[in-house]
Amino acid sequence: MKSNVARFWREIPQRYSIIGNKCGSCERVFFPPRESCPFCRRKSMGKMDDFKLSGKGEVVSYTIIHVAPEDFEEQVPYPVAIIELDEGPRLTAQIVDCDINDVKIGMKVESTFRRIQEDGYIGAIYYGYKFKPLEENK
Amino acid sequence: MRDVAVIGVGLTKFGELWDKSFRQLISEAGSKAILDSGISGKDIDAMYIGSMSSGRFIGQEHIGALVADASGFSHLHIPATRVEGACASGGLAVREGYLSIASGINDVVVIGGIEKMNDVAGTSATETLATAADQEWEAFFGQTFPGIYATIATRHMHEYGTTKEDLAKVAVKNHANGALNPYAQYQKEIKIEKALNATMVAYPLGLFDCSPVTDGAASVVLCAAEKAKQFCKKPVKIIGSGQASDTLALHARRDICTLDATVSAGKMAYNQAKIKPTDIDFAEVHDCFTIAEICAIEDLGFVKKGEGGKAIDNKISTIDGKIPINTSGGLKSKGHPVGATGVAQIVEVTQQLRGIADKRQVKGAKIGLAHNVGGSGATCVVHIMEAM
Repeated sequence: MKSNVARFWREIPQRYSIIGNKCGSCERVFFPPRESCPFCRRKSMGKMDDFKLSGKGEVVSYTIIHVAPEDFEEQVPYPVAIIELDEGPRLTAQIVDCDINDVKIGMKVESTFRRIQEDGYIGAIYYGYKFKPLEENK
Repeated sequence: MRDVAVIGVGLTKFGELWDKSFRQLISEAGSKAILDSGISGKDIDAMYIGSMSSGRFIGQEHIGALVADASGFSHLHIPATRVEGACASGGLAVREGYLSIASGINDVVVIGGIEKMNDVAGTSATETLATAADQEWEAFFGQTFPGIYATIATRHMHEYGTTKEDLAKVAVKNHANGALNPYAQYQKEIKIEKALNATMVAYPLGLFDCSPVTDGAASVVLCAAEKAKQFCKKPVKIIGSGQASDTLALHARRDICTLDATVSAGKMAYNQAKIKPTDIDFAEVHDCFTIAEICAIEDLGFVKKGEGGKAIDNKISTIDGKIPINTSGGLKSKGHPVGATGVAQIVEVTQQLRGIADKRQVKGAKIGLAHNVGGSGATCVVHIMEAM
């Protein structure tokens, strides 16, 4: 199903730069950014400030996708992991730049800016974060 | 609050039903349930229909009215409402009907659950199922629905030593049960080697760790318990109903291996029924993937966290075990027409409690539980039922 491109540029700060936000009341960090803090709720209203995450973190769990949606078919097999960022929030992303057999729970990773998918040959190209093994570990 | 009973059940055959339309399937299940219940059209106060994605599967929304119409009730102008909660849509429809009777508003309610999944190509079906996950923050990055449950499995294996063999045994057990169910999509047993050597879908889950794409419909008739015996000789009482929600994305949950929505909905139902997990004689749980059954029996309190993988070896979840799980064959072998699944679970539990489950009959079954999950655990519905 094709969407208007606004659906994607709206998320550019998050997907290009991993910008989340921080609750001014309890200091918890969220990614993707939330309209209010689930812990402070009304106390957090108007106090959710943008917060850029380091993009460094650790693999909490993962899978290797062998049967993929059409847009990702040419990439199989590819690893997808849940990563816990150093600042606390977790996200889902592909792991790249390593042998798929080397992906492990506990592996240190860092974000990298990549092409994620595209709307056919003439449609928009969507970019965003993937993660690779942390350089200092290589 | 009034007690509510199931007074009639109906099911279509589950499978790739190329010659049956959406309307035919839901009318067949509904007519069977109504005939079984002893009610007639004029007794029906309301209808609730569970369907995950008729819009994407057959290009048709507005199916509450459509189902009432297809069932021949348009001239009765019965209130008919569609209920959606991804793969838990059926269970939610049952609960909405239950609440409407418990509240005193309605006396007799017909519940339908349906999904006609084979009218679109296989890849479209898979992509539609993935809409149960978080589109912006999971699927966008290449995650798939099997991939999400595979991510749970990898972590479960890491934390608790669960093995691929443990997963495969769930498929083998549920196929053995499904072989005894004439309504199941796959009525044949499989050997563990077949499950272990199957095509990989999303490591560590192979094809036999996944429930299939299925057409099918299920229906139950609910009635205020005080009036149930006016219509039906063998009503079954709903003694607990629970529902809970959680984050849409798996990565945002408190724990990867625990479906907190299951824990929460389970507690709500157990508390209402005033029973403990050990009082349950058998259960239908949401095994959309083999790992899902393992997590479900842990989160419902049948075994300790981390021990779900050994429930078959320890003779807990087998049909002759302490708490037989998925005697119908489960989603794995009976099939998983998503919107129908939660209603079909109630059909199986009712048949067991009525003592008419034939070769699948659990001896001395008095209390049964149905557990229906939406997405990777963002919605959960639990019902506990007892023979009257």
